[in-house]
Amino acid sequence: MAKAPEVGLDEGYAAKIRAKKIARTIICILLCVVSIFPFYTMIVNATLPSDEVARGLHLVPGGQLISNFKGMLSRTEAVGTDLWHAMLHSVMIAVPATVLQVYFATLTAYGLTVYNFKLKNFAWSFIMAIMMIPAQVSIIGFMKFMTDIKLYGSYLCLIMPAMAAPTTVYFMKQYMQGALSVEIIEAARIDGSGEFATFNRIALPLMKPAMATQAIFAFIASWNNLYTPTMMISSVKKYTLPMFVQGLRSDTIRTDYGMVYVGLTMTVLPIFVVYFALSKYIIAGVALGGVKE
Amino acid sequence: MKKKTVEYGKYGYIFIAPFFLVFLIFQLYPLLYTFFLSFVEHKSVMAGDPKFVGFDNFLGVLREQDFLNGGYKWFNTIPLNTIKNTIIMWVLNFIPQILLALLLSAWFTDTVVKLKGQGAFKVMMFMPNIITASSIAILFYNLFGTSGPVTQMCLKLGIVSKNDFFLQNKYATMGLIAFMQFWMWYGNTMIVLIAGILGINPSLYEAAMVDGASGSQQFFKITLPLLKPILQFTLVTSAIGGLQMYDIPALFNVNNGIGQPGRASHTVTMMIKEVAFSQHPDYGKAAAISVVLFIVTLIISLLFFALTKDREPKQKHAVIR
Repeated sequence: MAKAPEVGLDEGYAAKIRAKKIARTIICILLCVVSIFPFYTMIVNATLPSDEVARGLHLVPGGQLISNFKGMLSRTEAVGTDLWHAMLHSVMIAVPATVLQVYFATLTAYGLTVYNFKLKNFAWSFIMAIMMIPAQVSIIGFMKFMTDIKLYGSYLCLIMPAMAAPTTVYFMKQYMQGALSVEIIEAARIDGSGEFATFNRIALPLMKPAMATQAIFAFIASWNNLYTPTMMISSVKKYTLPMFVQGLRSDTIRTDYGMVYVGLTMTVLPIFVVYFALSKYIIAGVALGGVKE
Repeated sequence: MKKKTVEYGKYGYIFIAPFFLVFLIFQLYPLLYTFFLSFVEHKSVMAGDPKFVGFDNFLGVLREQDFLNGGYKWFNTIPLNTIKNTIIMWVLNFIPQILLALLLSAWFTDTVVKLKGQGAFKVMMFMPNIITASSIAILFYNLFGTSGPVTQMCLKLGIVSKNDFFLQNKYATMGLIAFMQFWMWYGNTMIVLIAGILGINPSLYEAAMVDGASGSQQFFKITLPLLKPILQFTLVTSAIGGLQMYDIPALFNVNNGIGQPGRASHTVTMMIKEVAFSQHPDYGKAAAISVVLFIVTLIISLLFFALTKDREPKQKHAVIR
């Protein structure tokens, strides 16, 4: 039956397929509109005066962008951390966390792939099991522990745990099994390369594509994280970007809608740029890993 | 030769040591510490020696004083109700999410009705997933708030009668939070499912077509059964993630950190924060809520694993693959 269009006899069947195709395309386009529309409204509202925003839905941008932007900067400064510092803080956490997470996940995956040792299978099953434990359930103990060792409130307690990311190890090991052959490692050994040198000079370059994909996810997860910083950072001077966003609900700014929208736009735009530049790798990465928070 | 393998084996331990060291210090120890704290009275960071109080903290979670009738009321407590709220909002988001993701993944892999522009569709549908959830929550709060454009439009069209409808109606607030989660995650689920469907042996579909199976027959008889492991994985990870839901409810309809209206959108992670950061913090109780959350998470994931476990006949498909 499905062969019909090739034979070219069944006109009705071809028409039915065309109708289905059009209907499905329209639904997909509608879903895309639903994806983009809130952000479009956000950008339009960022260019309008506050009272205009409150009057209803607008589709045409106005000319208030610059004054909204300036107002937002000065108002949020009064809250504690201004936009630029919040971004800087988020970078200061997300960059080292990403580097540590990807490097040590690759190192762990390499240890589990290349070497044979007694506890290898146990270690692998253990990593699979702890993937299922959400970080939120241990936050109270973590807070208290960090207070005990005088690290509470420092960015270190947001960076260090990234060194043990089971999902990243899982992904790296899956990729490594296909990308790394034992022959290359043995050849390096014969040439007198030490084990760590082999890892750093031979294995790491071969793992670059997977590391890049995981680095994107690690960076975004850290950049977007609100819960852990909320629990671990109490000084308003040290707020991260999601905490800055939270500040947009504070009384000093919440009723100046244009300013709120411009603040939101500033937090969303950098991600837009990164996403649309790297979407190919991001989507391929999701398909490969089933990455979920 | 044999000596050499043994010699290399030790490098395995060295390479995996940093991961396990960090895990033990920063994840396992805090988890055990949380369990410990749930059994002690600990109401200030400066507290002296911990006082062991047995299950008192848990009793504080499981029962509350009943001011109307006297005595205690069990289970209908503020902390347990936050777990209920969280589960309701997760279910409201997950059911439409998995259905739409299944439908779209079936469309995108349909070899008879080939959709054009799939790459662009995927990019757009996945996009909300990557945006900071806090920004999305504040954006929706402003769109659906008292002066929000959506509220204003609904007022004009007569859909709502008050300008604070979305914030005062608990079903509207919970529904919107569920919608945001759904909107952020269906694209992700869809991409995972597409990858799963593309992994199914194409000769199965060819054989089915030769036998005259329709598109929907192929979907229900081939795709769905073979997709089961991935669906199971999606279900469990989504449930675990959903129970920890924080960013969106914590910034959407809140007043002083309490999910409105009347705690209806207060989730369990918000509750942990509330207890730990209140004016009279009670770390023992916060730890007890964390332990209850841990147990509920464990039960739900084990339950889903058991419910969706492959029964014997399914093995046949695996053999065909």
